[in-house]
Parts: sequence; structure tokens; C-alpha cells
Amino acid sequence: MSTFPKLLATLATERPNEVALQEKRYGIWQPLTWSSYDARVRDFAHGLASLGVERGDVVAVLGDNRPEWLIAELAAQTLGAAVVGIFPTSLNEELRHILTLARVKVVVAEDQEQVDKLLRLRLETPAAAEPKAGDDAQGDDEAAAELLVETVIYYDPHGLESYTDPCLKEFTDVEALGRDLAALRPGWLDAERDKSGPDDIAIICTTSGTTSRPKLGELSHANLLAMAEHLTSVDPIGAKDRYVSFLPFAWIGEQMLAVACGLSRGLTVSFPEDALTQRSDLREIGPNVMFSPPRIWESMLSEVQVRIDEAGWLKRSVFGWAYNVGDKVAGRRGKGQGPGLGLALAHRVADVVGLHPVRDQLGLARIKRCYTGGAPLGPDVFRFFHAIGVNLKQIYGQTEICGIAVVHRDDAIAFNTVGSPIPGTELRITDNGEILLRSASVFRGYHRQPEVTAETVDAEGWLHTGDAGYLDEAGQLIVIDRAKDVLQTADGTRFSSAFIENKLKFSPYIEEAVTFFGDSAGGNGTGGAEHGGMTALVTLDPLTVGSWAEHEHLSYTTYSDLASKPEVHTLVAEEVDRANQDLPESIRVRRFVILHKQFDPDDDEITRTRKVRRSVINKRYADIITALGKGEPSVQVHSSVTYQDGTTVERTIDLRIFDLTSYAVPAGQGRRPVWSGRR
Amino acid sequence: MLTRAYQHTLNSSGVPAGQLLLEVQDVSLRFGGVSALTDVSFTVTQGHIHSVIGPNGAGKSSLLNCVSGLYHPQDGNVLLHTGADQGARGTTSHELTRLPPHRIARLGVARSFQNIELFAHLTVLENLMLGRHIHMRHSVAASLLWFGPARNQEIAHRALVEEVIDLLQLQAYRHQAVGSLAYGIQKRVELGRALCIQPALLLLDEPMAGMNAEEKEDMARYVLDVHELAGVTVILIEHDMNVVMDISDRVSVLDFGRLIADGTPDEVKANPAVIEAYLGAEVLV
Repeated sequence: MSTFPKLLATLATERPNEVALQEKRYGIWQPLTWSSYDARVRDFAHGLASLGVERGDVVAVLGDNRPEWLIAELAAQTLGAAVVGIFPTSLNEELRHILTLARVKVVVAEDQEQVDKLLRLRLETPAAAEPKAGDDAQGDDEAAAELLVETVIYYDPHGLESYTDPCLKEFTDVEALGRDLAALRPGWLDAERDKSGPDDIAIICTTSGTTSRPKLGELSHANLLAMAEHLTSVDPIGAKDRYVSFLPFAWIGEQMLAVACGLSRGLTVSFPEDALTQRSDLREIGPNVMFSPPRIWESMLSEVQVRIDEAGWLKRSVFGWAYNVGDKVAGRRGKGQGPGLGLALAHRVADVVGLHPVRDQLGLARIKRCYTGGAPLGPDVFRFFHAIGVNLKQIYGQTEICGIAVVHRDDAIAFNTVGSPIPGTELRITDNGEILLRSASVFRGYHRQPEVTAETVDAEGWLHTGDAGYLDEAGQLIVIDRAKDVLQTADGTRFSSAFIENKLKFSPYIEEAVTFFGDSAGGNGTGGAEHGGMTALVTLDPLTVGSWAEHEHLSYTTYSDLASKPEVHTLVAEEVDRANQDLPESIRVRRFVILHKQFDPDDDEITRTRKVRRSVINKRYADIITALGKGEPSVQVHSSVTYQDGTTVERTIDLRIFDLTSYAVPAGQGRRPVWSGRR
Repeated sequence: MLTRAYQHTLNSSGVPAGQLLLEVQDVSLRFGGVSALTDVSFTVTQGHIHSVIGPNGAGKSSLLNCVSGLYHPQDGNVLLHTGADQGARGTTSHELTRLPPHRIARLGVARSFQNIELFAHLTVLENLMLGRHIHMRHSVAASLLWFGPARNQEIAHRALVEEVIDLLQLQAYRHQAVGSLAYGIQKRVELGRALCIQPALLLLDEPMAGMNAEEKEDMARYVLDVHELAGVTVILIEHDMNVVMDISDRVSVLDFGRLIADGTPDEVKANPAVIEAYLGAEVLV
């Protein structure tokens, strides 16, 4: 078993002139070969050492995906230090929490924006930050800990020319410093690198923290490499494969493929030019493998829906026919049957005229396998991608087990399951339905929180996932939800709100939905009194609803204006009713409210990986939830909105509560197809 | 290339920061019997954002047109200093009022227009490359064949254009026809084309006109970036007082073709003549 820096050194000697990383800059894909990648890592490692980074330290990286991110990561690991990735959108409290908990001395930040955040944090006295930390009632003494950041290294110097803070260093200057130092002590770095063993911490990943403040999971080289080994034994990844890195490196999924599989299999990682060009850059590269959370797949489907709806009747009908053929073939393949001769021929034609062009537009033309994980993906979205010929598979895992433990096999993809464990992984379901996992990839523990670690991993090495699930007849795992979120109705139906929410969210018009059960605020009551039953808080997808409104010649100004239109209420009512058709009577959504704003990570309502924080929603929208439960016709909200610069504003808005109990879809309207927002 | 810093300087003025760049001396402009400008005099310092404000019809755009050579004033002079190393024919200052616009552009005076003046059917990249046109020197034959030096020259110019694209964050629109872009983006492309000239002096005629608050803030940010990162001196015409007072180093106020005030934003805000002419006499705060 090796370490990442050792793997990089091997690749640099075996394939020195092949492209390791490439970044689109100034309109051109600028390649970095394995040998120059290695050389930059060595220079930067020497530089970090001269700034006082030692074995056992933690270096933080805060920024978008760039080659410098990985260079910093590998350089720190060469010295025997670990790297903690921070989501570039993180703000003050979150940032302080991670930096103090990991006792970070050196931060590598991308640009002026990130540097400003860090400098502001350094200026705040810990005393001023303390009362806030106390509010979180975490009770951990880490909150009061001091910020130890001594050096901030930036790699995008634009706008920083006039900054004089002595803690600031430019990335290339640190590299130059390291180069000079390397000349003074040849061989030192190789010795340092070889001192590290596979059980040392490689990266520290923040857990998404839907329940509390992020915890820091320590993953060793051995953990990650075992995961890469096991995953690639199921789904081979080769040196010729292309990968586009556009999701935050702070997320385990990106580390999993770009770093762990990337270095152990030597694949080329490409970085898009800018957040806005991601899609077109993705299409230029045409990756062979991809791992994204559900929102990416959902937004791809929304994009197809919007563009198909804008297309003329000829394109619509050709795609509609091709989609039906593809859907039939995918359906038969799911049941383990091949298509008949006629269907196979039709599929060949359908692929050329309708399916391949759509795959190409999405940048998925070369995809061999792609994965979704992190949150449940609606079966209908799944079905869409398989129908257009994209081999999309579900991954189940957590940061604590390197992001993956269970995955679909190529020939057995059931849309409601998450597949079967990868080799080397044991799976057990406890008597109360919790999923337990054990493998070489189970993490070392939470950084400096041994008591929390002990609650998560037991003495025999089983990781308690906290998820409820069961195995189906074929032995594939079905995940219901977080164990504590599984509820029971008065008539004994066991269900999870996420299950219903996903049904709602599959509508292209609904971005997020949060459901509540019973008439008590908080939605955890099992009451079901006369006004009881399911209720939902819904936010709109502004892109699709906006385009729908344009199509309907409906004028609107802002999101809240759009959300208050009666036409939009009718539209959403139809969608909710459609979702209700697939649900048992006792858990159908009776009433819903369209929220006046989208959920925003800056308001703590969703996490940076876009998972809804129920506790925050329950607290912030308690009035709305109570009114929903009671079946009132409308509710008034006072909302405070936090802007990106940190200022807050108060407003009062009337929200209409839509009652579905007496609602019936207007007669004479058919069901719309999956790939379109229209009938 | 390891560093992410830009390799090209966008400011072509040889005048050191803090010294005089432009002198407008007693400029008067008449259209028949109508006086557009009467005895306007002020100076612009290298490294400043210098705003010109005034009510509609005060003569702001006319003033800019006198500087860029589209109008020739009947009286007065406009002197542009180019610094020692740039002086063509041994002179370091140029009288602009009698020069044709293309000669003024060669001296490094670039401008954007109040109404967007881009080639709607060309892409963003092509429009920006046009900004480099005055710097391109090669024969018609070599250009047509895109051969040898002509090719290398175009590649070198593209490198600078790409830095402007990066500075103004136009990457996503690079290959889109300008006509198909949103208004705010088109305004940004206009700014970009003016920058591609590598200006000694940048004239911006209402770059934020017709924008909403958010777009204005973005544009103000880009103007500041151009000023701070590239060190370009800017003369800005703008109606939004908040923007003007926020980002300007110096403000000149015109009313009915006359200069009624000239100073720092705070001085101008406190000037009674300005309050009367611009905000209306009653609104004394």
C-alpha cells in the first residue's frame, strides 16, 4: 500500500510527458504533464516547509478547483501533513469553526474574495466570536479556541497588488522560495515523503452537517486507496480516461475520483475555465467518467426539458419517438432482457437521430459510467438518463467510508435501489433497521473529537451510518432515509419525508420541497387530527417556471412575484397532484405553500451540497408550518433575508395556502412526458 | 507560465501617476446658434477616475466627443500628454482639437459609446480583436493568407485580448454573437473593446445607463478593476450619483455647457451651484 505523493512520483517517472492536469485558461486548454506536476508539488512542499508546516499539521485549502488546489494537497501530504478542503462559499462562523478545530496555520486561498474573508476573520478578536459560537449549544470547547492562521497563500493575485498584510504570500513566490531551498538540501524531501505511511491522514473532509456544525472526518491514504481499488475492480478506470473536475474538492466525491482514482489509475483531470463555462467545457472534454450529486442530473434534465420545449414540432416529435424507443430498451435491459430484432434496429436509428445528439449536447457522449450520490435521485430522472443511453448508477456511501460503499452493477440497475456493496465491504442491517458498513475504507475518526468517533464506529469496526434501509429480494440495498427521520402514520404506514419530497421534487418546476406530517409544527407528530395529513413547503425552480411563464405570456419581476402568481399555484397544484397519484392515500400531500424565496446556504437553510436543513426550516418557518397544519387559507410571513455581503433585510409577505383535498386536475388534460414541461 | 498575473499592461500612458494627463482649455463648441460648450476648462490627472456629471443636455457627451475627435470645437485646446518615451516627433503633448479621430485613437484615447456601437453579428472575440486593429501592422497579402508574421502577430494580439476577457469575465460569451447577448453583457464588451486598444485614456460614456442596481454594481466593479488592476485613467460620464460619488477621484459638473464645479466628490456634493443645477434648488440637504 502506497501514499498519494509516492504514486505521483511513480507516475512522473513512468509517464513524464503525458498530461496529468489541464486547465482552460485564456481560451486554451493548458496542460500540465506528470513530471511538471511532480516538480511543482516538490517546489511547493519545500516552500510550505519553510513556512513551518510539519508532519502532523493540517493545511487548509479554500477555493475553486484549480491545479494549485491539487498541488497544495499533494505538497502537504509529501511533508506528512494533511489537507482540509473548505467549500469556497463558506462564510465566517463556518470558516472559523473548521480553521480552529483543525488548528490550521497555513491556508491556501484562491483569490481576493477568499483572502478578504480570511483577513476579516483574523481581525475579529476571538472574544467577539465567542458568544455566537455559544449560541449553537454545541457545548464543545473547540468553539472558543484561537484562530492560529499565520500564513495565507493565494494563487490568483488579481486585486491583491495593494495588499500589504505580511501574512500574505503568492503561490508562485512560495514555489520559488521552495526551489531555492531544494537546492540547499537535496534528498531531504524524498526522505520526508518516504517517512509517511499509508495510515497517515491524507485528507480531512468536512461532513455535510445537515444536523449540526460540520465535523472533520480523517481519511488516510490507505482508506482512499482501498476505496479506489475496490471501486475500479467493479468499474475499471484507465489511464486514457478523461475526467472533468468542477465540484468542490472539499466534497469527498470529488476527492474520490479526481485524487484517489486519478492518482492510482493515472487519469487526466480537466478544470473548467469559469463557473459559467462549466457546461461547455464539459462538452469540449467529453469525460468518460463522472460523479455528481443529484442536483446536477436534475438540472441537466431540466435543461433538456426547457430546450425541447423551445424546439419546433419536428424536433419534439423526433425526440419523443426516439425517447420512447430508448425507454423501452432501457426497461427491457433493467429486467435482464435484450431488445427484440425490430426494437434493436429502431434503437439504432433512434440513437442516431434523437438520443446521441442530446447526449452530445449534455457533454455525455463519451460517458462509460457515471454516478449519482450524496442524496436520493428520483427514479424518473434515473429512467430518463438510461433511456437516452447514459449509464447512470447510484452510489451509496458517506464521507466516513470515503464516499462509497455500495454501487449499482452495470447489468443490475434497479431505479429504487442503491446497488450492492463493492468488494471488500461488509454490510449488515441491525434489528431496528440501521445500515452498518465495514471495510478498509472506514475512516480513522473525527478530527480531535474521539467521543463522537466512538459513537459512529464501534469496537468491531462497524460504521453506524444512521440510515435506515433494507435489502430487496435480489440482495440490493434500499435506503429509506436517515433512521431518525423515518415516521409512521396513524394507520401504521412507515414512510420518510424524503421519499415524498423526492416525488415532489421530480417535477421540473419544484426545486425543493419539505413535507410535514400532522398539525404540530415540526412535523414529527403522529397526531393526524381532523386537519392532519401531509403538508408541504415548496420552492420553485426559477429557470423552468420562468420559461413556462414566458410561454404562458405571464409577466413577472422577481422570484417572490413569480411565486405569488395564481397561475403558478395552479401549475404546482397539478404537479403535486401528479406526485400524489404514486403515493398511498395516508401520506398524500393535502396542502402546500409556495415559499416566497429559494432556500439559500447563506441563510443556513440548505447545506453547501444543497441538502435541506430541516431543523432550521422548522424553526424559521414555524408559523407557516402551523398554518399549513391547521388548514388556514393564507399566512403572513416576516422574512429576514441575508445578502451575500452579510446585510439582512426584513419584509412582510402574504403566502397563500393551497388546499388539494377538493382539487381535481381539469378534465381533458393528459400527462406530460418526462422530458418535457408541456403536454 | 506559472503565475496567474496578467502578462500585458493595459495602460499605455507614459505619464507617471499623479501628473497631468489631459488639459481641457477654454473649449467652446457651437452648432449654428446653439452653444453646446462655453469656455470649459479642467484637467485630468493620470491614475484618476474623473467623472463628468450634469443634467440632460449639459454637454457631457459633446465634451467627450471633443476629446475623441468626433467634434472639433471652435475655440480652445485639448492637450494630451503622452509621457517622454512615447512622444512622436520628439513632442510629449498633443493638441487634439485639430486631429482626426483615428490619429487620436493612435495616441491611446479609447472610448465606449452611450448607445452600444458594436458589430452585432460578430462574436465577442471578433469585436475585441477589432480593438487591436490599430496595433496590427502587416500587409494585405500576408493577412489574407494568414501566414508567417501576420499569423504570429494575430496570436500575440489574441493573448492580450484573452487577458481582457479574463479581467471582464467574458469567458462564457467568447464565441457568441454580440447581438444575441444581454444588454449588460454588451456594455461590458464595449468596455472590453476600448481596453483592447491599450488606452492611455479611457472615455466611458454612460457605461451604466439603463441598468438595474445589480448590473450597475457589477459594472462599477469592472470599472474599478480596470482602474485598479490595469492602472488606466478613466473619464466617466454617469447619471447615477451614488455610483459617481462612490468611485470617482474627481468630479466635474456641467450645466448648459458651462463648467459650474470641479473638485473631489465631497467638495462637489457641498457646492451650492451644483445642488441648485443638478438636484433642484429646493432639495437643499
